[in-house]
Amino acid sequence: MSDPGTITDSGSSGEAPVTMLATPIRLDYQYTAGLSQSRFLQGIAQGKFIGQRCPACHKVYVPPRGSCPTDGVATTDPVELSNSGTVTTYCVVNVPFQGQSIEIPYICAQILLDGANIAFMGLIQELPATDVRMGMRVEAVWLPKDQWGLTMASVKYFRPNGEPDADYETFKEYL
Amino acid sequence: MSAAAGRATVRPVAVVSAAQTKSVRREDHRNEVEMLMPVVTDVFANIGVTKADMGFVCSGSTDYLVGAPFSFVMALDAVGVWPPMRESHVEMDGAWALYEAWTLLQEGEIDTALVYSFGRSSPSQLDRILALQLDPYYMAPMWPDPVALAALQAQALIDTGKATEKDFAAVAARSRRDALRNPNAQVAKDQSPDDLLRDDYVVAPLRRHALPPITDGVVAVVLAAEDRARDLCERPAWITGIDHRIEAHALGARDLAQSPSTRLAAQGAGVFDASGDAPGAVHVDVAELHAPFAPQELILREALGLADSVAVNPSGGALAANALMVAGLLRIVEAASRIMDGSARSAIAHATSGPCLQQNLVCALAAEPSGPARKGA
Repeated sequence: MSDPGTITDSGSSGEAPVTMLATPIRLDYQYTAGLSQSRFLQGIAQGKFIGQRCPACHKVYVPPRGSCPTDGVATTDPVELSNSGTVTTYCVVNVPFQGQSIEIPYICAQILLDGANIAFMGLIQELPATDVRMGMRVEAVWLPKDQWGLTMASVKYFRPNGEPDADYETFKEYL
Repeated sequence: MSAAAGRATVRPVAVVSAAQTKSVRREDHRNEVEMLMPVVTDVFANIGVTKADMGFVCSGSTDYLVGAPFSFVMALDAVGVWPPMRESHVEMDGAWALYEAWTLLQEGEIDTALVYSFGRSSPSQLDRILALQLDPYYMAPMWPDPVALAALQAQALIDTGKATEKDFAAVAARSRRDALRNPNAQVAKDQSPDDLLRDDYVVAPLRRHALPPITDGVVAVVLAAEDRARDLCERPAWITGIDHRIEAHALGARDLAQSPSTRLAAQGAGVFDASGDAPGAVHVDVAELHAPFAPQELILREALGLADSVAVNPSGGALAANALMVAGLLRIVEAASRIMDGSARSAIAHATSGPCLQQNLVCALAAEPSGPARKGA
């Protein structure tokens, strides 16, 4: 009999070592979107992008989260933005991953909606991945109206809107 | 190190402003940033400063509560960190964020700091979230809930013969009655201990009244050092000592009926002088103790050696509002506020974290940076 302070290597006793322990964990949450995000999502459900303007620096944030992240003050004025915008920068995704729903290669871009002062991330489709470029003008393509809801999934993707590319000077501050 | 030697080297730092939301069961309309913004605005406006006057920003919160990764980074939008600021965060109650800020202030490079914490206890199931802070191999998979663990502690206290269920009811009755005078409290009512003892058990020996409410809330303070504190505030609440200690993770390794970590933290914070080492000999005007479950107040009173004359939890304490990650810093705020409003000259604030008072922080506050005049015999 070994003394109680001795740890016996289970491998030498012929038993396989325990290498894995499964502890299933699930947590459910009741999310609170907040005042500004609620306004934004209600706009999305009506096919509109609603940003908010900072009363101090006058920048327009979309999607708004209620505060100007540089001034720390409440963004209170709603601003309806265009359905079109400019690709400020992008990447082409070539790597497959689990749960992928879009065929690779595809384009993930930062899009600056006209009238906004912050770019947000969106998919660009309806063109070969090799054709995307900084400054490309794009527009949002929405799901059919009866499928609009309180979710960004109401916007399928963005696609070129046919306008000439934006001048670099117009978006260089947003890279 | 003796407490006296520790105190001798302390740079005087004080709480000079505080602000909080009204504690509510569930904040349905505003997100965390929207809850924080008015509080940060108030904590600056109280003393006529802006974020540009802050040398440091430190927050306490946990992403588990809202299920959002990096929620503390998003919360910074409530401050607006441009130009870039010196900032830190602890995945703990805001009292520990205050400790970090106090420590940085000790180095002398900065003179001011903003400390805040936000806690939304309502979006998820607290029972499950709090089980995840336990040992992940042997305890968490059984999902022991915090009420059951607090009941183990309550029973351990009863078994020592030091307290009865009636004592728990007396703590709860006094706390909720005092909360009637606290406009920010969530649960405030006037009920006798005998009435409360008619509650059903939730987990014996704990009845409903011995449990904290589920609370959403935020709190913020500004700390300032030396002359800066005197410039900003008529009656700064000076931190004369602060320390925190932790006990073993395994509940079975601890004596749950006592809180040795609170006692050591109190020693480190300079709460005891030679006479104050005797039980019941510590005289301060106010003690704000973070005791989410009523029996814990009794354990903490003993560990801190509080005299019977000390006003304990005049705010109502955590039994009146218990936003997780907030309720500890709120104790410091409530204690400091009594000094800033002139109603107290000396105070002790305590914060806890982990199951059954596993980790404890003690902050001694006084109207003078040199500390309270000792009234102990």
